[in-house]
Amino acid sequence: MHEMSICEGIIQVLEEQAASQHYQRVKTVWLEIGPLAMVENDALRFCFDAVTRNSLAEGARLEIIELPGLAWCLECARSVTITKRYDACSECGSYQLQVTQGEELRIKELEVE
Amino acid sequence: MCTVCGCSEGEVSIEGHQQHHGHSHDDHQHHHHSHPEEDEHQHSHTDSVVVAEGSNLHFGQGAAHAHAPGLSQSRMVQIEQDILGKNDRYAGQNRQRFDAMNLFALNLVSSPGSGKTSLLTASIEKIKGRCPVAVIEGDQQTANDADRIRATGVEAVQVNTGKGCHLDAHMVGHAMERFTDLSGGILFIENVGNLVCPAAFDLGEAHKVAILSVTEGEDKPLKYPDMFYAADLMVLNKTDLLPYLDFDVGQCIAAAKQVNPDIEVIQVSARSGEGMDDWLSWIEQRRVARIRKRIEQLNSQISLLQEMV
Repeated sequence: MHEMSICEGIIQVLEEQAASQHYQRVKTVWLEIGPLAMVENDALRFCFDAVTRNSLAEGARLEIIELPGLAWCLECARSVTITKRYDACSECGSYQLQVTQGEELRIKELEVE
Repeated sequence: MCTVCGCSEGEVSIEGHQQHHGHSHDDHQHHHHSHPEEDEHQHSHTDSVVVAEGSNLHFGQGAAHAHAPGLSQSRMVQIEQDILGKNDRYAGQNRQRFDAMNLFALNLVSSPGSGKTSLLTASIEKIKGRCPVAVIEGDQQTANDADRIRATGVEAVQVNTGKGCHLDAHMVGHAMERFTDLSGGILFIENVGNLVCPAAFDLGEAHKVAILSVTEGEDKPLKYPDMFYAADLMVLNKTDLLPYLDFDVGQCIAAAKQVNPDIEVIQVSARSGEGMDDWLSWIEQRRVARIRKRIEQLNSQISLLQEMV
């Protein structure tokens, strides 16, 4: 459900940036999202269409850049790829992992006019 | 609903007065509620509605509309902004405020019906009188939980999130304005019963505490890993019911540790009182640890200042 809040947060950033970056309309929004960012991309797309209606981003295209999840394994001292919180190290099977990438939830770039 | 203050969709409100505060949405639509008082309340951002009834906050409505006629040439803008950045800034302000008043804040998260409010009322009965204690209650509707807390004799502010599924840092900042002096005390923030969304929103608390009751599945930490990853402590509640259930405590703890190897676990029955001492001494130890850390910070600041004179 909080994908709706996140879309409202996106609109808020777009509106704030509109003044400083001098644009009136947003045509495309590129988001960077990690697998551990606690958002469901399909739900986000659905909410984005609803929330952008009657805003400066009405009809805007949403492009999602999916970043890989990475973690440092304390057991085998190397960086491994993860997709979930409770993934084990793909090399040694340990759960002693420190997440180093994958929690990203950010607006990367905009196409505006 | 806005990530920051719950304006636009939803009907977030605070018991008592109607407050107008600012927001960056240019063209907010305000849906006024039929509440008697209206307070003008200026904020660092521009326009949404908070309705307050006594000590219950209902966060406002209004859509995030901003019309932008006029077209020009298309171009690219790099902005690189965290979408939850604004909530995190409010959370930072809350944290500074809590530290400045030596207030130990815990964010209690769980599914609905895990016994958060019963655990709180049982805890408050044992703590009150030793230091100031207060509770911020988050629910979609009703002030029932705040009423249960107030019956113990401590202050409570009910925040109704309307359609919202979590408390955010801005709501908590507003709720804080309603308390008398809580310096040196303990603040419990009882989040909306939801094992998903509250994990993403820092409120400025010292620790998130996930409460899981033994009438739920032992695999819940695996089903809802984000919450158990975000929490520093898991309180396993309703242990008095264990003889009647097939709940495997060991398996549940293993699931929590799989998601978060550092998570601590305390088994409690708010009803029978079993394990309550462990829970209360955890609070006390963490509270003292936080004060010690603050003393260290202040001492290093003092020595820096002394070098300057």
